[in-house]
Amino acid sequence: MSTGIYQQMMVNRNRTFGILGVCLMLICGCHQGEGSGSPDKTQQVRVTITGASTIAPLMSEIAKRFEKQNPGARIDVQTGGSSRGVGDARSGLADVGMVSRDLKSDEADLKVFLLARDGVCLIVHADNPVKSLTVEQIVGIYTGKFRNWSEVGGRDAVITVVNKAEGRSTLEVFCQHFKLKSADIRADVMIGDNEQGVKTVAGNSDAIGYVSIGTAEFDRESGIPIRLLPLEGIEASVKNVSNGTFPMSRTLNLVTKTFPTGTVKRVVEFATSSQVHDLVRELSFVPVE
Amino acid sequence: MFPWNKDRILTWILGSLSLISGILVIFIGAFLLIESLPAIRSIGLLELVAGQSWHPAAQAVDGHFYLVPILVGTAVTALGAILIATPLGICSAAYLQFYASPRFACWFRMLIELMAGIPSVVYGLWGLVSLVPLVAKIYPPGQSVLTGVVILSLMILPTVTLLADAALGAVPRDYLRGAAALGLSRSSILLNVALPAARSGLVAAVILALVRALGETMAVVMVCGNVVRFPHSLFNPVRTLTATIALEMGYARNDHRSVLFLCGTILLMFVAALIAIAELTSRRKLHGST
Repeated sequence: MSTGIYQQMMVNRNRTFGILGVCLMLICGCHQGEGSGSPDKTQQVRVTITGASTIAPLMSEIAKRFEKQNPGARIDVQTGGSSRGVGDARSGLADVGMVSRDLKSDEADLKVFLLARDGVCLIVHADNPVKSLTVEQIVGIYTGKFRNWSEVGGRDAVITVVNKAEGRSTLEVFCQHFKLKSADIRADVMIGDNEQGVKTVAGNSDAIGYVSIGTAEFDRESGIPIRLLPLEGIEASVKNVSNGTFPMSRTLNLVTKTFPTGTVKRVVEFATSSQVHDLVRELSFVPVE
Repeated sequence: MFPWNKDRILTWILGSLSLISGILVIFIGAFLLIESLPAIRSIGLLELVAGQSWHPAAQAVDGHFYLVPILVGTAVTALGAILIATPLGICSAAYLQFYASPRFACWFRMLIELMAGIPSVVYGLWGLVSLVPLVAKIYPPGQSVLTGVVILSLMILPTVTLLADAALGAVPRDYLRGAAALGLSRSSILLNVALPAARSGLVAAVILALVRALGETMAVVMVCGNVVRFPHSLFNPVRTLTATIALEMGYARNDHRSVLFLCGTILLMFVAALIAIAELTSRRKLHGST
């Protein structure tokens, strides 16, 4: 009986030593892999991506998924604006740049990969009789020239202007499209994210706001009483953003200095593939078909 | 065998654990201060207290950082909420302690505790979908000082009620029995003996509720409208310090980010001052009540 227990203990002790040894080897191994920098197969590959803060949250999610599928790859996503994305990609500071607009003519030296599209549309309450607004009317409403819906063909009610908080990318797209400065906008309510915008307009039949088309369309389909206003005669829909006809939209691009190879190529291919369309939709952007 | 040894070990463990919590607060305070220094340096106090408007930008020169409307908005909503919640809370605490049947008091306390446990985002959502349209019927847009004050007062009501209830419950029974023996009526005991004796506890209840109102974020963001302007009436929208941080933090960089940390530092200073006041009043009770 007692010998049995003793043997058991010995076995346990051996096992303990065994585990300790494996741990030790692992620690040494890891240390060597990181420190020596030799072209080892298990060595970490680091891809640096910098640029537009609009794309960064999406890119971080894509990076997380890529890292999960490719252990050993490490993707570093940093923000700093589209121009930094272009600059860093050009200078080689970053492997990939993120640019939340179409590339300018003097940026044609870079390789461009369309990641997704971002469309912004105006929304009103479903009970609002106004079916469409001209550009002048929208600018007038947002700068405080028109204060009552009757001035733009609606019923006699004070307009509640819903605006986005400073720094939001939807605000940027909106201002850029209507050539407004954010200081010119006279708002009644300021909101943070798209969902809050939809809820605010849905709860106030005289409100007007603008949100990401992806969110607006999804919420309308789920029965929330909002109407997406067409712009310049074009219906506000994910489809029209996706095919590039909707005017208040922009492209979200990845840029590289030369045609990418190796891991960078795989990251770019992964990010522009249908494997990440769910992430694109989750962040209320529109995937490219 | 050596009981002092166990004591010493326990002293060390308890002491170092409490030290960690204390040091953490100091670290957070220091961190906020360090992060907000660049804003003070590059934006300047003059711009913050006498600027043009609140249109922050990543670089101090590109933006406007007039903070005063936000400070006023914070003060107005918190004080308004206190004005509503204090009488309601203290009156219901007095009723619970002096008039209610024990069974009712027990149920009522549970209800109030439940009210304290409702997450702020739920209050905010309720405010946005029920209260805002109601206020909008009187005067659009509905997101306003009034809505914010009502929601905040609901949120701090449990704090006032439960702490006032505890303060009134802590009045020595001898006082009450003595007063009753003198033939005072119940209302007279409440007004002339219990409330004065519990005064410092009641002040602490109000101040702690005020601290909660100052720090509330989620519900305020949803119902206050968040426009940075001095409110001219109860129906105008306002922006608070916490709402500013929540709305702009995700996108803020450089000086803009730093000014948001400054908002946090100011908030922390407000709260520290209030807690100091609460502490002082409760200390006065220990030495001054005889």
